[in-house]
Amino acid sequence: MSRVEKAPYQIIIGLETHVQLKTQTKLFSRSSTAFGAPPNTQTSPVDIGLPGSLPVMNRRAYELALRTAVALNCTIPRYTKWDRKQYFYPDLPKGYQISQYDLPMSCEGWLEISDSKDAFAPKRVRIIRAHLEEDAGKSMHDEAAGKADSRIDLNRAGTPLLEIVTYPDLSSPQEAKAYLEELKLLLLYLEVSDCNMEEGSLRVDANINLHIDTPDGEVATPIVEVKNMNSFRSVERALSYEAQRQYEVWQETGQTKGQVPKQTRGWDDQAQVTRGQRHKEESSDYRYFPDPDLCPVTTTPEQIEEVQRQLGELPAATRARLVSQFGITPYDADVIVNQGRGVLTYFEELAQASGDGKQASNWVQQDVLRTLKETACAIDAFPVSALRLAELLQAVRNNEVDNARARTIFAEMLGSRLSAREAMKKLGIEKVDASDLENLCRELLAKNPHVVTDVKNGKEKAIGSLIGQARQKNPNVNPNDVRRMCLELIAKE
Amino acid sequence: MSALHQLTATELLAAFAREETTSVAATQACLDQIQQHDGRLGAFLRTSPEAALERAAHIDRKRQAGQPLGPLAGVPVAVKDVICVKDEVTTCASKMLEHYRSPFHATVIERLLAADAVLIGKTNMDEFAMGGSTENSAYRAARNPWDEQRTPGGSSGGAAACVAARMAPLSLGSDTGGSIRQPASFCGVVGLKPTYGRVSRWGLVAFASSLDQIGPLARTAQDCALLLEAIAGHDPRDSTSAPQPTPAYTRSVTQPLQGLRLGVVREHFGEGLNAEVESAVREAIAVYQSLGATVTDISLPHSRYGIATYYIIAPSEASSNLARYDGVHFGHRTDEAAMLAELAAERKALEAAGDRRGLDELDTPLVRMYRKTRSEGFGLEVKRRIMLGAYTLSKGYYDQYYVKALKVRRLIRQDFDRAFEQVDLVIGPVAPTPAFRLGEKVNDPLAMYLEDLYTVSANLAGIPGMSLPCGFTASGLPLGLQLQAPAFAEERLLRAAHQFQTATDWHTRAPSL
Repeated sequence: MSRVEKAPYQIIIGLETHVQLKTQTKLFSRSSTAFGAPPNTQTSPVDIGLPGSLPVMNRRAYELALRTAVALNCTIPRYTKWDRKQYFYPDLPKGYQISQYDLPMSCEGWLEISDSKDAFAPKRVRIIRAHLEEDAGKSMHDEAAGKADSRIDLNRAGTPLLEIVTYPDLSSPQEAKAYLEELKLLLLYLEVSDCNMEEGSLRVDANINLHIDTPDGEVATPIVEVKNMNSFRSVERALSYEAQRQYEVWQETGQTKGQVPKQTRGWDDQAQVTRGQRHKEESSDYRYFPDPDLCPVTTTPEQIEEVQRQLGELPAATRARLVSQFGITPYDADVIVNQGRGVLTYFEELAQASGDGKQASNWVQQDVLRTLKETACAIDAFPVSALRLAELLQAVRNNEVDNARARTIFAEMLGSRLSAREAMKKLGIEKVDASDLENLCRELLAKNPHVVTDVKNGKEKAIGSLIGQARQKNPNVNPNDVRRMCLELIAKE
Repeated sequence: MSALHQLTATELLAAFAREETTSVAATQACLDQIQQHDGRLGAFLRTSPEAALERAAHIDRKRQAGQPLGPLAGVPVAVKDVICVKDEVTTCASKMLEHYRSPFHATVIERLLAADAVLIGKTNMDEFAMGGSTENSAYRAARNPWDEQRTPGGSSGGAAACVAARMAPLSLGSDTGGSIRQPASFCGVVGLKPTYGRVSRWGLVAFASSLDQIGPLARTAQDCALLLEAIAGHDPRDSTSAPQPTPAYTRSVTQPLQGLRLGVVREHFGEGLNAEVESAVREAIAVYQSLGATVTDISLPHSRYGIATYYIIAPSEASSNLARYDGVHFGHRTDEAAMLAELAAERKALEAAGDRRGLDELDTPLVRMYRKTRSEGFGLEVKRRIMLGAYTLSKGYYDQYYVKALKVRRLIRQDFDRAFEQVDLVIGPVAPTPAFRLGEKVNDPLAMYLEDLYTVSANLAGIPGMSLPCGFTASGLPLGLQLQAPAFAEERLLRAAHQFQTATDWHTRAPSL
């Protein structure tokens, strides 16, 4: 954005992302984590914090967290433990949240971000730590306080979350958005989370402030934590707004970091502004201590190696491979990889089977993605398999049909679920053999002597008028073939 | 045959097997004893006579029908009211849980039921197991069957008193810093705190999670073996439960130990130890020597920091474990209408006075609800420990207190490791004094805490400890001997205790009620 570039300040952003891990059951109990059940139907004594109940760690949650941490290039300490973060709130039934404090299960990683249109230079966003914790329940407050009770739904209480915290390495709202998109893509590739922001399985908080150049040197504005951002777009907008707001406040007040307590502001998507939230300074002492109900978890280098081995190819590597293996542009590779594993697999099958990466890329990006979008269909349920589409692309490659005809065939394949050959047959599309083509061209040239004259006078373009006529006579003819044959025949005269 | 309530569990099982009596008769005898004396003693908070008799009858029928029976078939067992029994009230002797019914059984209850035991009632205790005299019960003080002016000890005071008063042959207690062993000592019965992790804590309402263990109280080591064997063993619902097989304690308990090496802790015979306690313990050591044991003088140099360490770690964990009693999801909640009216009145007064700051600082209804609920629901000692624990975990104090306490805890454990390289068991007093008078230490928490001097170390080190009767004071109060063993060596403890009981008869004496 031009405003940002012109602004006499640098934006400093760090992100905290809470990712709900894709487990069947909760982090410390066997209750289901499925979204959308009636309130308080997915709770156990452990989730409610009933006296005498005890947590037992969900191994699967730890495995998913470990896979993610390894993919984020994190260091995995040999030993990690659980801590209680203590505060009173009605949606926190035990009076503490089981989290990880000073020995998180992973730390010091990075995620590389880039922009395929070079809006910013590629960079490694450093990750401070990624740790596991349980989610709290959900409070539903009565706005007219005192008139009715607040209600609590504990279905979410105990759901496993991986909190991923970056260093303040992001220097624009665009970079913040790019980081989130890349992170989400990675999480989807790893199959560790659904990353559904609407269902709360991906939540983002941002810390932002500005470094401003002044005649007296650089000053920093107070750090603000921005919450309530419900989409990546709102993250981008909230941060742009917040940067501008902080600049204006600084111009007005001159307040710098350390002069005011850290503020929390919520993004109001309707009004497109951030608003100050009531801050409770007294609640900042969480009295963390190791949870005596749980055992520390140890992870051996062998286990980490095994996870590494099973990671498979991650998006960044896939992009590079698509470029070298199939000869497509980095931009195209980016678009395809960003669609997720399903579309990627489809593309790879198509490119392999058709033997033409560029065509495959074009078809996937234009026809396949468009159809998916129009029909709100998932790639797994797409009616034309990659192999069938490859057959069609081969027909194009062999000059049996041109691209326009191929699209007609594709439409037929979508509707009737026929193979390319069957669809061509049904549509009466077949390759015109050489003698038929020659006869057709002779006939056209005989009927249009002025075209012959024009061509002989050097106006080859005149052939164009014959192509339409040829296709009227036989829809299967290839325009290029018609052109080539006509020119040959004229030359022979 | 003596009256049924006088029999030990082992004797009862034999009598059942010979069809000399029935579980219904034995259960009735215990219930009668409770009926007759518990109005004075206060060992029980609740009994369930009908359910107990019904279950006893059911087990008798099973026996008659020749069906397979569990190892405790038909034996009445009392349960400390800190252990959850499904659908029944479990109060922890607190107002906070006055009407609380757990939707699940503790693992030990499941195992007792699987062993065909008969649950006869829930025993009295210090509120949330915090105390050493059962005077912190929100409901009633318990009295020592040997002298009703005196405490039965605590926190498992009811659990020990009911066994001493022949109201139940077996009872389950819990021990966080001596809560099984000290009352066992005061009441002249046997009490065993197992190795941390030996018995599942699932369903034991937590006081200090890293120290709490459930254990048996009975009149003989043999009966302790019986009850421990029934409840011990790995439980996947408790992450701290040890995946260790449970030895057949009942089979080995009667086998004497050869060449037993006993360690006498130098530090346990210092200042503060009552002379009568000391001489009884020394005599007990002599008994072991006469049985062929060798005695070595050993040192546990860090044991002097045991109380300080314990009273940082236990309250820290307690402050956290008890945070859940906030009136939101279960348990006591303050009268909301009264609370809101009180707030409204305060607001009005502040407004009238134009006190802006007062208005600003006025509780929200939620905070006031928390405040009042917890003020009303908890007793003094519980509040004291919550405050202590919240303090020791606060920013700025955490390293100074909690982290340091953990370090000392490790040193205390290492002391024992070293000691057990030389000796098989550590032998010494359970408590510095015999049972003290009710009210004597109520207003002196520090004196009360010192009662735990010899017992807390076993909890801090995670090792098993046992208390068994070893004599009486001149005034007729029972005295206890403590044996401590390396982790998971309960078998050794039980065998040594049985050996002692074959050579002495302290455990056979009964209080006159």
